[in-house]
Amino acid sequence: MKVSLFVTCLSDIFYPEAGKHTVELLEKLGCEVDFPEQQTCCGQPAFNSGYHKEAKAAAKHLIEAFENADYVVTPSGSCAGMVHEYKKLLRDEPDWREKAERLIAKTYELTQFIVNVLKVEDVHAVLPAKATYHTSCHMTRLLKVGDAPFRLLNNVKGLELKPLPHNYDCCGFGGTFAVKMTPISEEMVDAKVKHIEETGAEVLIGADCGCLMNIGGRLTRKGSPIRVKHIAEVLNSGVKKHADENL
Amino acid sequence: MPMKISDAPFFDRVEKGLNDQFMRNAVLSAQDRLRGRKLLAAEELGNWEDWRALGEEIRSHTLANLDYYLQQLSENVAKLGGHVFFAETAEEASGYVKRVVQEKNAKKIVKSKSMVTEEINLNAVLEEIGCDVVETDLGEYILQIDDHDPPSHIVAPALHKNKEQIRDTFREKKGYTKTEKPEELTMFARELLRKEFLSADLGITGCNFAVAESGSIALVTNEGNARLVTTIPKTQITVMGMERIVPTWEDLDIMVSLLCRSAVGQKLTSYITGLTGPRDEGAVDGPEEFHLVIVDNKRSEALGTAFQSALHCIRCAACINVCPVYSHVGGHSYGSIYPGPIGAVLSPILGGYEDYKELPYASSLCAACTEACPVKIPLHELLIEHRRQIVEEEGLAPKSEKLAMKTFKLGVSSPSLYKMGTKAAPLMLKPFTDNQIIEKGPGPLKDWTESRNFPAPKKERFRDWFDRRTKGEGDNAKRDNS
Repeated sequence: MKVSLFVTCLSDIFYPEAGKHTVELLEKLGCEVDFPEQQTCCGQPAFNSGYHKEAKAAAKHLIEAFENADYVVTPSGSCAGMVHEYKKLLRDEPDWREKAERLIAKTYELTQFIVNVLKVEDVHAVLPAKATYHTSCHMTRLLKVGDAPFRLLNNVKGLELKPLPHNYDCCGFGGTFAVKMTPISEEMVDAKVKHIEETGAEVLIGADCGCLMNIGGRLTRKGSPIRVKHIAEVLNSGVKKHADENL
Repeated sequence: MPMKISDAPFFDRVEKGLNDQFMRNAVLSAQDRLRGRKLLAAEELGNWEDWRALGEEIRSHTLANLDYYLQQLSENVAKLGGHVFFAETAEEASGYVKRVVQEKNAKKIVKSKSMVTEEINLNAVLEEIGCDVVETDLGEYILQIDDHDPPSHIVAPALHKNKEQIRDTFREKKGYTKTEKPEELTMFARELLRKEFLSADLGITGCNFAVAESGSIALVTNEGNARLVTTIPKTQITVMGMERIVPTWEDLDIMVSLLCRSAVGQKLTSYITGLTGPRDEGAVDGPEEFHLVIVDNKRSEALGTAFQSALHCIRCAACINVCPVYSHVGGHSYGSIYPGPIGAVLSPILGGYEDYKELPYASSLCAACTEACPVKIPLHELLIEHRRQIVEEEGLAPKSEKLAMKTFKLGVSSPSLYKMGTKAAPLMLKPFTDNQIIEKGPGPLKDWTESRNFPAPKKERFRDWFDRRTKGEGDNAKRDNS
């Protein structure tokens, strides 16, 4: 199966590891992964801030970058959710709207793609750790990715997954919210960190680099020993090492 | 109390809210309780999503045909002998009520809880002409005697206070001598309020829904106070927002079920009262004279716009009860009698951007509100629409932001510029970077790094790695653990 990776700008610039693990994981699952290098950003920062002209420019660019893709997979529920907004964003331009709908129909968040398209729930990963999972708001509420991450994580050998209290509460990232409303955002991320600490987890797993940047930034500022991992890294754990040893 | 409840700047109000740990604890535990009860009540119904869809359908049908139903309602009220007044502005609405009160020479007025009378500043207008206006909803009563503290929630106005604070207010203002036990406090308030009901000249209510087909108004309370307000006084005035209308009793049934379950997790509240016109000849109670004041106050400006669905709101506060922003800053921070997500949407519509331009940004767009709304108002989308109007139509966005977005547009539309910019970023941020972390960032990063570390941009971007790998230079060896 041919898969085109939409790596997202955050991952490209700040978290290349999340992209690398995504590539390796998808290849392990039998996909042929390409990276259309024309891609930039989905336009979400502009869209959510009310700059829809600027967001449209980003949307059109991304649509073109993935025009020839069979499947578009991204390690970010939030950015996949933004792609789904293109239909509304471009509603007044019929040609573009049609192109947007084609892109939407083939765009998936990583875990959604693995569980719903590849029909795989066990990727044979191994990670002996006590962890908890942060359900990103846009991924669960807007993209409506249900329990796909949990189905996959529950099959990771050695992983002890603790339920996160108040998991439905936002971590306080919200893109520009984190810098426009810093005092409120700080309280929200503090509450999130408190709940993560309550689980006794050593690792916080997430599927969205934005949330991980926010929560991880607060954790390291507080000097917390809790590490943050993108779900692609968790799902790509162990087996690769095993494979390397067999080389 | 008019809609605007504070002249303090937004961030001062937020700071005050954030520093009030007492209020935050009270709000958090109330939110947990209400949210939990609502989820149980929705689950019990079994097909909650179908109910939501039905609720949305009824609301959007009603709003799409609002003229028709308002006319039907007013004709039916008039047929029954009631008086209907359409008020375009808040002043017209409170002015009409004032005239009726003066005509009746009413001095003592009892009220049952109503957000729209807060919106039109009714109590102050009536107090100015020497009336004694008594709120009879327990929460509203507590706020009223506590020097007119504004409501901080649309269903539970005194949510921000706990029982000790209420005890102190009763002691200070009303000579209460007992403990903070809710039973004792309630009993005391009941004794005081009973006297007010019995001696009132005129009763004023809000309106949860007006039923167009019969010209009735429906009131939903747990304390029965609305029923008393409409039983003894000879004159009753009901004030309603023009959108608070349902076509039929069957629709009312559905809307009330959604309202009670969403607001407090009950199947129905203790009292749901349908009142149709003034008392019949020979009836033992009910008002002799009935006035219905239908308030526009900028609502009609939202009709036919992207904001029309905000008028679907049935004031259940489900959005407020799940909002993580509200839980930290509390209701007063919004500066409006309508707080939380619906307040952030509604207040700029009714009160304008000048007073409320920050509210649409006071949300992380987590969409918990949209998910909770029983009539499917896309609240987070309406917040984005406000932002769009602020930026693209009102031109109220900060210059630095406009510039940043222009740069963004250039960067995202041109891969070569994007690549150049992202390649240069690690170098530019190097002076601020220590061990892959930025603790004190420059420019727009400053706010972020006040409370959080920021990751340094990686020297090798994902695209560089992929490029190398494709060329057969891939690294399957060492990784950095970022």
